[in-house]
Amino acid sequence: MSRTGILINKPYKKLSREQVELIDQTSLELLQTPGILCYHEESTTLFEKEGAKIKKTKEGEHDAWWISIPPGVVKSALESAPARVTLGARNPENRVVLDAEGNRVYFGTGSETNYWLEIEPEEFTSDKDGARRTFAVMKKSRGSLNLLCRSAHLAEQLENLDFFIRNVNIQDSDITTGNKDVNVFFASLNHLTKPVIGGVADYEQLEKIVRIAEIIAGGREQLRENPLVAFITSVIKSPLQVVDDTAEKLIAIARLGLPVVISTSPQGGSTAPIDMLGMVAQVNAEALAGITINQLASRGAPVIYGAVPVRARMDDLHDMYGVPEFCQYTMACAQMARYYGVPCYSTAGVGDAKVPGIQATMEKMYTHSMVPLAAPDLVHYSFGLLDKTQTYSPEQAVLDNHQIGMVKFLQREQEVNSNSAAKTKKMIADVMHSPYRMYARYARGMLRRGEIFAGFPFEGKLEDQDQTLLKVHEKFAELEAAKPKYLPEDTCKLIFNEISGLLPRLNPYGEVK
Amino acid sequence: MSSDLLELIVENVLQGRRNSDDEGIEEGDFGQPGVAELVARALEDGINTEQVLIDGLSRGMQMVGDKYESGEYFIPDMLTAAEAVEAGMAVLEPYLVSGGEKAGRGKIVMATVEKDLHDIGKNLVTIMLKGAGFNVIDLGIDVPAARVVEVAEQEGAAVIGLSALLNTTMSNMSEVVKLLEEKGLHDRIKVLIGGAPVSDDFAREIGADSYGKDAFAAIKEAEKLIVSGGNV
Repeated sequence: MSRTGILINKPYKKLSREQVELIDQTSLELLQTPGILCYHEESTTLFEKEGAKIKKTKEGEHDAWWISIPPGVVKSALESAPARVTLGARNPENRVVLDAEGNRVYFGTGSETNYWLEIEPEEFTSDKDGARRTFAVMKKSRGSLNLLCRSAHLAEQLENLDFFIRNVNIQDSDITTGNKDVNVFFASLNHLTKPVIGGVADYEQLEKIVRIAEIIAGGREQLRENPLVAFITSVIKSPLQVVDDTAEKLIAIARLGLPVVISTSPQGGSTAPIDMLGMVAQVNAEALAGITINQLASRGAPVIYGAVPVRARMDDLHDMYGVPEFCQYTMACAQMARYYGVPCYSTAGVGDAKVPGIQATMEKMYTHSMVPLAAPDLVHYSFGLLDKTQTYSPEQAVLDNHQIGMVKFLQREQEVNSNSAAKTKKMIADVMHSPYRMYARYARGMLRRGEIFAGFPFEGKLEDQDQTLLKVHEKFAELEAAKPKYLPEDTCKLIFNEISGLLPRLNPYGEVK
Repeated sequence: MSSDLLELIVENVLQGRRNSDDEGIEEGDFGQPGVAELVARALEDGINTEQVLIDGLSRGMQMVGDKYESGEYFIPDMLTAAEAVEAGMAVLEPYLVSGGEKAGRGKIVMATVEKDLHDIGKNLVTIMLKGAGFNVIDLGIDVPAARVVEVAEQEGAAVIGLSALLNTTMSNMSEVVKLLEEKGLHDRIKVLIGGAPVSDDFAREIGADSYGKDAFAAIKEAEKLIVSGGNV
C-alpha cells in the first residue's frame, strides 16, 4: 500500500514531440558549448573519466573547471537512472512511489521560510456606529524549532499533503550550523508518518541524519527498502555552474543509495532567459548535469529531476510564482522529465502575496490547477507559502489543502460507458414521469457515496464580512489540538543516546539520563 | 408487531424509499417494501390511521429534520424523505377522510406568481410541506393573483405560499395580499413568501405575513402561521 496522489489520465502536452526533441538537443549542445563551469574537483574527475573535455580556470580565488560534456555521457546517465523511486515513510501506507512512466501527482510542502504568519482574531469597535466586529489579525514571528514542529504536526494531518519538506527556517539562539540539519530532520521525522525530504546545509551532519533514519527504520537494509528520508541538492547555481560543497553531498547521497532531488531554480530575466524556450533549455541542461553527476557517482542511484524555474518581477527582481510564465516553464519541464523517463519534482501553490486573501487565492488556485495537468510526480511548495517563499502561514496551509482537494476531485475518474449511459437514460425518463421532475434522490445517492464535493468548508454567515480566515483559524486550532504521532519512546531514547547535537527539548519523553 | 411495522416505516422514510422500486441510501434494498407498501400493510393489520401518521410518517420526518438541523442530512436527504412520506400519505389519506379525521396538519395553496415560470423553489417547498404532513394544493407556475385567492377561499386554505425568482415578478406577490385585503380574507388566510430575490423586509413591505428563507424555514413558518393564526 502507498499513497495514491492524483492520477492524471491524459497529461497536458504543451510541446509537440519535435519541440521536446529540439529542447533536448539544445540542452545537450549547451552542455557541450559553453559547457558547465564546475567548482568541484571530484565531479570534474568523474566527467573526465567519461571523456569530457576539461579546462582548468580560476574564478576569483576559487579553482574551477570548464567541462564540455559529450551528449553520450548524459544519455548514458539517463539510461541508468531508475524510472521508479520510492519515498519511504514511518507508516508504510504513506509511502510515495514515483513512476516516470505513470501519471500520479503528489503534493508536499517546501521552502525554508524565515517567517511564520499566524492569525490572532481580534475584536474591534467601529468609530462610526460603535458596532463590534472580529477580524483576523496577522501575527508575524521569526521561524523557530517549535514552529517547525507545529508545522510538521499540521502536515501530518492534512489529508491532501503527501510528503514533507521542512518549511520553516529554525532561527533559535541554540541552533548553529553544526546542529541545525540534525534537529530539522529529527523534528520532522518525530511528527510525521509521511515521507520526509530535505536539504543538508552541513556535510558533517549527513551521516547523523542517515543514522537517525536507520534507527527508526530498524537498520541499514531496512532503510534502503523504506527510505524514510530523501534529500534535495541545489547542486547547480544558475546559469550552469556546479557548486563545490553541494556536489560533495550529492555524490555522498548517491553512494548511500538514498533518493535525491536535483533541484535547479533559475530566475527568468536574471539567471536564465525569460522566454520559454531559453528558460527550459537551460534549466533542463542544469537538471541533466546534476543527474549525470549523480549517476557517475553511483549507477542506478535513485534520482529525481528537479526543475523550479521562476520568473523575475520586473520592478524589484524578486521571484514570481503566480504568473502564466511560471506555469509554462514548469509544465514544459514536467514534459521533459517524462521524455527522459526520470521522476519529476515540480512546483505549484506559492503565493506572491504577503498575506492570505484574494491575491494569494488567485495565485495559488492558478498554479495548483494548472501545473498538475502536466503530471509531474512531486509538486512541492504547495502548502502555506506566501510572500514568494519567505513566509509560511499554517492557516494558509489549511486553505491550500482544500484547494488541492478540489484539484484532486476534478481529476478523479468518472464513469462514462454504455452501462452508465443506460442508467442515465432510465433516471431521466423516471424523473420526467415523476410529479416534480427533480433529481434529488439521485443526488442523495451520490452525496452519500461521497461522490459530491462538499463545497467550501470555511464559509461565514455574515452578509457584509468575509469570515473565511476566522473559520480557517478555528480549523487550524482543532487540527493542532490532536495528539502528535511521536516516535516510540525507546526509539527516541536510542536516537538521543547515539546522535550528538540534538536539542533535549525535542524529546517528547523528556531528557534522556 | 405493530411497533415493528411502524419502525420499518420510520426507517424507510429515513432511507427515502417510496416503494419497492426504490433503492435506499445504500444499494441492496430494491424489491423490499417501501413506505407506500408498508403503510398499506399497517392498515391491513389494523393499526389505526393516527398511529401510522404520527408514530410512522411524522416521526420519520421529524428524525430527518433533526438530522438536517444537526448537519448530518442535506436538502436531497430531506426531499427524498419527503417524497417517501408523500407516497405513504397517498395511501393513508382516504382512510383518514373516511375515519372522519382531518387530513394532515392544515391546507396550504402553493403557487409561483404571475409571469414567473420558475418552479424548482416552489416544488421544493411543496414536497417538504407535504412531507411534513400538510395538505398542499399546488397551482403550478405563472398563476394570477385572482386564481390563487379564488382557490384558497374555495378550499378553506389557512396559508398561501408564494414563490418568485425574478426581481420583475416579485412585485406580483403584493397583488395577492391586496386582493385578500379587498375581499376581507386576510385575517383567516395568511401569506408566506419565498424565493431568491425576496426577504424578510420585502415581506413586511408588501404586508405578507411571513418569509421562509429556505424550504426548511418555510415548514416552520407555515406551522407558526397555522398554530398562531398568523401572529408570528
